[in-house]
Amino acid sequence: MRGLFQLTWLEIKIFLREPLGAIGTMVIPVILFLVVGRAMNRGGGTPRAPRGFDFLQSGLPVMVSVFMAIGAVTSLVAIISIYREGGILKRLRATPLRPYTILSAHVLAKLLFTAITLSLMMLAGRRFYPPGLQAPVLSFAVAVLFSTLSILSIGFVIASLVRTARFAQPVGAVIFYPMLALSGLFVPVEAFPPALQVVAKLLPLTYIVSLLRGIWTGESWFAHLGDVAALVIAAAIFVAISARVFRWE
Amino acid sequence: MSFEVQDGEIFGLIGPNGAGKTTTMECVEGIRKPDHGAISVLGLDPFRDVYQLQERIGVQLQQAHLQKRIKVWEAMHLWASLYKKPISQGERLLEQLGLSEKRNAWFMTLSGGQQQRLFIALALINDPEVVFLDELTTGLDPQARRAIWELVRGIRARGKTVFMTTHLMEEAERLCDRVAIIEHGRIIDADSPQRLIDKHVPDRIVVLTTEEPRAEQLFRACRAVVDVKRDAGQFTIHGRGDAFITEVIQCLAEHQVRVGSFRTEEPTLEDVFLKLTGHSIRD
Repeated sequence: MRGLFQLTWLEIKIFLREPLGAIGTMVIPVILFLVVGRAMNRGGGTPRAPRGFDFLQSGLPVMVSVFMAIGAVTSLVAIISIYREGGILKRLRATPLRPYTILSAHVLAKLLFTAITLSLMMLAGRRFYPPGLQAPVLSFAVAVLFSTLSILSIGFVIASLVRTARFAQPVGAVIFYPMLALSGLFVPVEAFPPALQVVAKLLPLTYIVSLLRGIWTGESWFAHLGDVAALVIAAAIFVAISARVFRWE
Repeated sequence: MSFEVQDGEIFGLIGPNGAGKTTTMECVEGIRKPDHGAISVLGLDPFRDVYQLQERIGVQLQQAHLQKRIKVWEAMHLWASLYKKPISQGERLLEQLGLSEKRNAWFMTLSGGQQQRLFIALALINDPEVVFLDELTTGLDPQARRAIWELVRGIRARGKTVFMTTHLMEEAERLCDRVAIIEHGRIIDADSPQRLIDKHVPDRIVVLTTEEPRAEQLFRACRAVVDVKRDAGQFTIHGRGDAFITEVIQCLAEHQVRVGSFRTEEPTLEDVFLKLTGHSIRD
């Protein structure tokens, strides 16, 4: 893994030099979190309004985290396709950098940005979360990073399928938004017709939502071993596929 | 296709776009797997021993880019650390290639010539034994091109071997010790540019204007003259051998022929290419 840390550090700096990308990655989720959270809180986020409270309690952090993870994947796809189109990947490969080192550097950078955004969100969230709510913040952060890591593997597959950088974002959206709709984030999976339930059970986002919601509401990791296992298997499958189909130029 | 590159020379693969120059070079660099055949670079099999080979060669790829917002010094430092070389070596190369003032500039803000100089610096950072340069000066203005040629001669002067491709015949003629002419993935001929010219287009040409009525006869009487073409007062005289031009001049002096203008035309690699392939390299 020679050069992994130099390259990761360099990619982080380079990413931050593009203001729009940095704002979109780290500031937008926090703002979304704050705005929605405040609105709900003001709308009676007290025990007297249980519905709003409920969403605030588990729905909002999970939703923002899932959006963040999807954002990390689409951003990874965009970067890789731009790097491939510009011959940057090819140039880096013609050095002692191993191919997986180049990709790992981007994954590490994305995880770091996710961790930073998550910390900002936690700090910001303290202002309006009802006192007494004890979410296992650290455990949740681990769950978010683990979930992000597992779906970044889908990014490599998408990055192999899209030919040009221009299509990277739309293809990501086409793949992730239906997954999001079926993930149980907005409507419980159990409320779907049986056929759709089967489809939902095949999608990694469903397990991510289940894991994040469980950990946030204080359930143990042990209770979510099934989700963790599903995500590990999904990641292994996507990594295996991308190892076969990934194109460097 | 079969060829050998000697230690310490500048060897050029020349031919039109799409002839297979880059493909060949990438196979030799170990970043592309050849369909069949055998390649040996510094005693290594480039595809199998690619990581070992990379330590000993430097490459500049055709139309490569770096990250838009990477700074010049950051690229140098990354490369230096990848090859386990001291950073001071990177700084020295930047200075030698005239990039010191640009060390804090983003890659995207560099001019084409500066980008190519940076790529040369990166290719040289590991003090390689062989340097690969693919279409180094494509898209550069003539001034930048000449500056790059000087740099490439400098690489040879340091005792390194240079393997380059170009579709510019002038570049090949001025820079390369030996060239291989390639078309449709086959080598048509390989030798030093001068020997290729002597072999394939031995004719030398003198173009002169004169009002002398006996001129055509006089020129045809010279032994080295092969052909004389006349267009009103302008004569185009084809001849062979080292003595040809001297003979023409002597002939003019001997018969006191008054000449309006006089010039010689040297055949170029471009003519060799035309002769060998039947079409111009630009077609």
